[in-house]
Amino acid sequence: MPRRDDIKKILVIGSGPIVIGQAAEFDYAGTQACQSLREEGYEVILINSNPATIMTDSVVADQVYIEPITLDFAKRIIYKERPDAILGSLGGQTGLNLVVELAEDGILEEYGVEILGTDLHAIQKAEDRELFRSLMNEINEPVPQSDIVHTVDQAVEYCKELGYPVVVRPAYTLGGTGGGFADNEEELRKVCDAGLKISPVHQCLIEQSIAGYKEIEYEVMRDSNDNSIVICSMENVDPVGVHTGDSIVVAPVQTLTDRENGMLSSAALKIIRALGICGGCNVQLALDPKSFKYFVIEVNPRVSRSSALASKATGYPIARISAKLAVGLTLDEILNPVTKTSYACFEPTIDYVVAKFPRFPFDKFPNADRHLGTQMKATGEIMSIGRTFEEAFLKGVRSLEMKVDHLFLQDLEDKSREELFEMIRTNSDLRIFAIAKVMREGVSVEEIHKACKIDPFFLMHLNRIFRLEQEMNEHPMDPETLLTLKKNGFSDSMIAKAWNTTAKAIYELRHENNIIPVYKMVDTCAGEFESATPYFYSTYEQENESVPSNNRKIVVLGSGPIRIGQGVEFDYATVHCVETLRHAGYEAIIVNNNPETVSTDFTISDKLYFEPLTTEDVMEVIDLEKPEGVIVQFGGQTAINLAASLAEHGVKILGTSLESIDLAEDRHEFEAMLHKLDIPQPKGETALTVEEALDIAGRIGYPVLVRPSYVLGGRAMQIVHNDDELRIYMANAVKEISHDAPILVDKYIVGKELEIDAIADGKHVYIPGVMEHIERAGVHSGDSISVYPTQTISQDVKDTIIDYATRIGEGFGFIGLYNIQFIVDANDQVYVLEVNPRSSRTVPFLSKITGVPMSHLATMAVLGHSLEEQGVTPGYRPEDQDRVFVKAPVFSFAKLRSVDTVLGPEMKSTGEALGSDINLEKALYKALVAAGIKVPAHGNILFTIADRDKQEALELANRAANIGYGLYATPGTAKFLRENGLFVHDAAKIEENSDVPNVVDIIRTGKVNYVVNTMSRTSQKNEDDGFIIRRVASENNIFCMTALDTADALMKVLESISFSMISMNELGK
Amino acid sequence: MDRLLVLEDGSVWKGKAFGSDNFKVGELVFNTAMTGYQEILTDSSYCGQIVMMTYPLIGNYGMNRDDWENLVPSVFGLVVKDLCEDYSNWRANSSLNDFCKQENIAGIYDIDTRAITRRIRDKGVMRCMMCNADANIDEVLETIRKTPEMHDQVQQVSAPRIYSVPNRGLKVVVMDFGSKLSIIRDLAALNLDIVVVPWNTDVKTIMSFCPDGVVLTDGPGNPTDIPEAIETVRQLMGQVPMFGICLGHQLISLACGAKTYKLKFGHRGSNHPVVHLSDGHVEITSQNHGYAVDIDSLANTDLVMTHKALNDNSCEGVAHKTYPVFGLQFQPTSTDGTGAMDAFVRLMTTEKENKKNA
Repeated sequence: MPRRDDIKKILVIGSGPIVIGQAAEFDYAGTQACQSLREEGYEVILINSNPATIMTDSVVADQVYIEPITLDFAKRIIYKERPDAILGSLGGQTGLNLVVELAEDGILEEYGVEILGTDLHAIQKAEDRELFRSLMNEINEPVPQSDIVHTVDQAVEYCKELGYPVVVRPAYTLGGTGGGFADNEEELRKVCDAGLKISPVHQCLIEQSIAGYKEIEYEVMRDSNDNSIVICSMENVDPVGVHTGDSIVVAPVQTLTDRENGMLSSAALKIIRALGICGGCNVQLALDPKSFKYFVIEVNPRVSRSSALASKATGYPIARISAKLAVGLTLDEILNPVTKTSYACFEPTIDYVVAKFPRFPFDKFPNADRHLGTQMKATGEIMSIGRTFEEAFLKGVRSLEMKVDHLFLQDLEDKSREELFEMIRTNSDLRIFAIAKVMREGVSVEEIHKACKIDPFFLMHLNRIFRLEQEMNEHPMDPETLLTLKKNGFSDSMIAKAWNTTAKAIYELRHENNIIPVYKMVDTCAGEFESATPYFYSTYEQENESVPSNNRKIVVLGSGPIRIGQGVEFDYATVHCVETLRHAGYEAIIVNNNPETVSTDFTISDKLYFEPLTTEDVMEVIDLEKPEGVIVQFGGQTAINLAASLAEHGVKILGTSLESIDLAEDRHEFEAMLHKLDIPQPKGETALTVEEALDIAGRIGYPVLVRPSYVLGGRAMQIVHNDDELRIYMANAVKEISHDAPILVDKYIVGKELEIDAIADGKHVYIPGVMEHIERAGVHSGDSISVYPTQTISQDVKDTIIDYATRIGEGFGFIGLYNIQFIVDANDQVYVLEVNPRSSRTVPFLSKITGVPMSHLATMAVLGHSLEEQGVTPGYRPEDQDRVFVKAPVFSFAKLRSVDTVLGPEMKSTGEALGSDINLEKALYKALVAAGIKVPAHGNILFTIADRDKQEALELANRAANIGYGLYATPGTAKFLRENGLFVHDAAKIEENSDVPNVVDIIRTGKVNYVVNTMSRTSQKNEDDGFIIRRVASENNIFCMTALDTADALMKVLESISFSMISMNELGK
Repeated sequence: MDRLLVLEDGSVWKGKAFGSDNFKVGELVFNTAMTGYQEILTDSSYCGQIVMMTYPLIGNYGMNRDDWENLVPSVFGLVVKDLCEDYSNWRANSSLNDFCKQENIAGIYDIDTRAITRRIRDKGVMRCMMCNADANIDEVLETIRKTPEMHDQVQQVSAPRIYSVPNRGLKVVVMDFGSKLSIIRDLAALNLDIVVVPWNTDVKTIMSFCPDGVVLTDGPGNPTDIPEAIETVRQLMGQVPMFGICLGHQLISLACGAKTYKLKFGHRGSNHPVVHLSDGHVEITSQNHGYAVDIDSLANTDLVMTHKALNDNSCEGVAHKTYPVFGLQFQPTSTDGTGAMDAFVRLMTTEKENKKNA
C-alpha cells in the first residue's frame, strides 16, 4: 500500500527530559522518525521539552515546539497547528501516555486527529494489565499467574493463595518505576504501597515470580498488510529478576535451540498481530531453562531502548521504518536502507556477537542501593561487537569507562569469598566482576550458576577468558599467544600488565608481528548481499572490509555511555561537528560505543567505527584511516582524556592544542595562567595528604570546597565546614579517586553562579550568551536552574564576565568551544571557578535559544576558518530581551533508593527541560512543569528549615501565605514561623508520639504539594531526619527543594498564577 | 591442531581442526541462519555439500536427541568461525565436536567465514576440500578438480524401501527424495496416513495405495539428475493431488515442461521473504536450495507462478492451471491452519468430495 494521501500534517511527540528508563534512545528514534516522515512529504510538528537533543533542532521538523509534554500544552499546539494525525509511539512511555490523555480528553475526536502507529486500543491492551492478560488468554499465550490490586490488603490476601515470591508491578509507569520483588508479607506491604502511589491509576499487578528463568526479548515489526517480521532476538545474561535495562544483554540469542527460538519468536509475532500495531514492538519473554515452558512478561507497543539497541546491533533502522509503516507504507515497498539491494521486509541476520552493558551511576552515588531488581537504575549503556563472545564481552567491559580494561576490578581484591558470593547472589551491579574473581580462584561454573542462575553457557565462556589468562601468564611476549588473546578481546593495556611492560610496547609488538585488527561491516545480512553501509567494528581476522579513501578526513571521538555529568548534550555537539565537517568537504569518521544515540546512526557520518573509546582501539582506527587529525573537544571528558595518549602516538589533536587543554586542566598551570591574565579565582591549593589538606584549609579558612583534579561533572566534590568533615572527606575521596590525582582545596565563596560557552579561533572570541543560575554557588551548575538572559546582575558584572571570558579564550589559545563557570560575590567581585576546554552541557541549550550554531562555528574554527571569515563579529552577542529561557534540571531520584536528594556540588540530575516565554515567571512555570513538577494554584507547603536559613525562609513562607497556600512545618520551624505571625499546621518529628501526624505521614498522604528542606548538620538525628524527609518526598513524587533559591523561584511562579489576597484593611485604606 | 580449507579458486584458508578427518570434495555453501545448526547438519539436502555457517558461534546449545532432520547425516563437512565446546541446553546430550567425530564429519573452525562468504557471494558457489596443515596444496587442488561432479545425491539419501507412518486421516504417499523428518512430522501432525516411498517408485505402485494425495519432498542436488522421478510426476499429474516442496516443486515444474537453473550462491537461511502473489502478503521463510525454476520457461506450460522471492524475484511457488497440483520452493511453515500443508489437506478433501459427487 502506498503512503496515505489523506493526511498532511503529523504531530510527533518526543519523550522529554532524560530520566533513568527513558534516555537518548528516543532522541535517536524521534530524529529518525521526523526525517522519515518528511522524506515522505508530510509536514511534521514536534513537541519535546528536552533542549539537549538533535530532535529539537529546528531543521528536524517543520515546526519544533520545545514545550512541556503535558495535556495542557499539547492541546494548545493542536489548537494552533490543527494536525491531521498524531504519532506517539516514538516518544517512549511519555509519548504513549500523552496520546492516551489526549484521546480521553476528547480533543483528538473533536479536531479529527487520527492516532497513527499504535492506536489507543493497542496501547491500552499492552499497558493495562487486565486488558493485557485477557488478550494473552484470547490468543493462548501464557502469562504468569497474577492479579490486579488496588489496595495493599488486597495484595496480601491474594498472596495468601498464590504464595511467595511475587513481583509487584505498578501500572503505567516507565522503566518499571516503583516495582519490586517481595519474599514475604512485610516486604509485600512495603513494595505494594509504594507501587500504588506511583501508579497514575493506583493499580498494581501482583505476579507469580519467575526469577531464574531465561529472559529473552524480540523486536518485531508489522505493517498494515499484516506482514510481520522479527528484527532481532536478544538474550539477557542476567536471568529474569533484573530489569532488562540493567542486564548485560547479548544478541542474538545464544542458548536457545532453533525449536525454542522458533517457539518464542512465533509468540512475539502473534502478539504484535493481535495488537494490530503498525510499527515496532518489543516483546519480553521468560523461558524455563529446563523445559519448553515460557511466559510472556511484558510488551512495549512502541520503539524502546531495546529497539534502539536492536537497530544498532543489526543495522536495521527500526524507528525510521516504523514511521513509514505508521503512514500506511508496507515493508515490502521500502528498500532496506542498509543494503539498498534488498527490501525492508526481511529478518536481519548477523554474523557477529553483540554485547550490551548497562552504565550505572553508582560512582556518583556511592551510598545508593546497588542491588539490581525490577526497577531500572542504569543511566546509559554501551554496545560492543565481536566475532567471538569473549571479544564482544571484553570490548564491552573496557567501553564502560569504569577505569577497568578487563574483567578485573581492583576494589574487589580484598573482598572475602563470602562477600563476593553475597554480591553474586543479590544481583549487585558489580556481580560480573565478583564472578570473575571467584572463577579465577577456581570456583566451579556449577557453584556460581547455583548462586546467580546465569546460564552456564555464559559462565563457561567467561571461564574461557580465565583459561586464556593462564596461557598469557605462561607465554610472555609470545606473538602466537598474543594473537589468540587479541582474537578473544584482551586489551593491550591488560596484557601489558601481565607481561610487565607498557601498553605501547604491546602495541608495537603487535604491529611488528602484523597482529592488527581488521574491520568488518554491519550489513543486516551476514554478507549475503552487497552493501555499502559505512558501519564497522574491529576484530582479529583475515579480511579487512574498511577501505580507507584518499579523501581529506578527520576522526571525531564520541562521548561513550551516558552518565550523570556527561549526557546526550555531548552527542548533540558531536553530531553537529560531523555535519559541519561533511559540509566542509571532509570525510567525517566517528568512533563511539553508545547504541542509544544519534551519533551512532550510520547515516550521520561518512564512516562509523563502533569501538571502545580507549587509546588502543582509537589508534587502530587512526592507523588504518590516516586522518589529518582527531577532534576531541566534542566528546566530553571521555575524548579529552584520550588527547594526551593519542598525541604521544603522534596523532594530531585538531583545534585547542594539548598544551592549551593542560593549561585549563592542570591546576598549577591553570593558576599561573589566570595569575598572568590578572583574573581572580577563589583561593585554593592542592593537597596530596590529609595533613596538607588540613593545613591549606586552616590558611584559607572554612568553608572550603574540596574535589579531586581531573574529574567529570563534579565527581566527589563537597563543601566542608570544619576539620572533622575534611578528614572524613579525605579518607573517602582519596580511595575513590585515582591516587595520582591530587585533591583541590578551594575557598568556598557564597554568591551567584554564572556560566558562559564561547567559541575561539585562536585569536578572537565570540560569546553567544551569559547564563545565570537561580541557585547560589554550592549547587552544581548541572543541577541549577539556568536562565538566559541574566535577570539580576549588573551591566558592570556582565562586562567583567565578558572581559574575563575573552581574555581567557585568547590567553589560553583555545580553538573551538570552551566553557567557563563564574561566581560573583556580594560585593560584585567576579571569580573564575573553572574553565573547560571543550563543549559543555549547556551548548545545545545556548545554541537553541540564541540561534547561534555553536558546534558548527567551533568546528569551522578548528578547521582553520577565523570567526571573521565565517561572518561572525567577535565579542558578545547582543541579548534578546523579548523572551526568557529557563533550563530546569530533571532528577531520577525515585529510581535510586538511598540516594540523598539534597543538592550540592556533586551533580545528581540526569536530564533537563526547557521553558521559554515572555517573562521569567512564565518561563519558569513551563520549565518546572516540563521537568515533571506539578504547579497547582493553591495547596500546601511543608517547611523544615535549618536554623541558619530560618530568617530567609520566613520571607518565602509569608509569600506563600499571601497567595493562600497553607503552611506545614516541623516543630522548630513551626515555632519560628508562628512567632512571626504566621498560621502553621504542625508536623511532628519522625518518631514523636503525638496527636498530630508526623512529617512523613503528611508527605505520604499527599497533604502537601511541596517540601522545602535545608540541611542541618547540628546533630546526627537532624541529618537522618532530613534524609528521610527528602527520600519520602521523592518516592511520593513530591517536589522537595533543598535550596531556598529554588523555593524562591517556585514562589515567583505560584505568585504569577495566583492573585494576592490582601484586604483593604491590611492595605490600611 | 591446524587444518586447511582449500577452495577451487586456489585460495587457502587456515583454521583449526574439529570433527573427523574424513576429507571430502564438496560444494561450499553458506547458511545465514543464527540457530538450527543441528537441523542443518542432519538435513539430507546438504548431501555432497560442505556447509559454512555465517553466524560465528556454533555448538552453543550442543546436540540433542530430538532435533534431527535425518538419522544419517550426509553433509560433507562443516566450516565455522568459533566452535563452542562448552555447550548449555537442557536437552543437549553431546557436543557438536563429539557429534561430528561420531558421524565422521570433518570440520574446521577459527577461520574467517565472513571473508569466504563474501567470496562465494561474488564468485558463486565453488567446490572445496579440507586437508591437514602439511598437505600439498597443489595435490589437493588437483583432487578437487579431478573429482567428478556428483549426480546421485538423491539415490544416496532417499528411503531405501517403502514404509508407513500410520494414522487415521487422509492417505498420502510421500515420495522421499531426502526428506526432512520435520516434513513427515508435520504431515503426521495433520493426522495423515502416510506411506513413504523411495524416489524411483513407479506410478503403478504409488497409485496402488489409493492415495488422496502425493507429497514430493525436498532433497539434494540438481533436479534434472533424476529424470525417472520427473517422468513419474508427469504421469501422476491429473490422477492425484500433488504438493511439491523444494526439490519436489522443481520436479513438478520440470514435469510440466518448465526449466530449472543453478543459482549463483543459492538461498540458504531462515530469513527469506517470499511474496504470495495472490494477495501481496509477504512470508518470511526458511530456505535451502541451489537451483530455481526459470520464470520465463513457465510461459508455455500449464503452471502459473504463485510465489516469488522479494529480493531476487526468483520463482518460489507454482500451481497447475487445471490440476490440483502446486509446489513451493521453501519449507512450509507450521501446521496452525494457515500454512501450505493445511492448504494441501483442504485441497485433498475437496478433490475427494468432488470425486464422490461425480
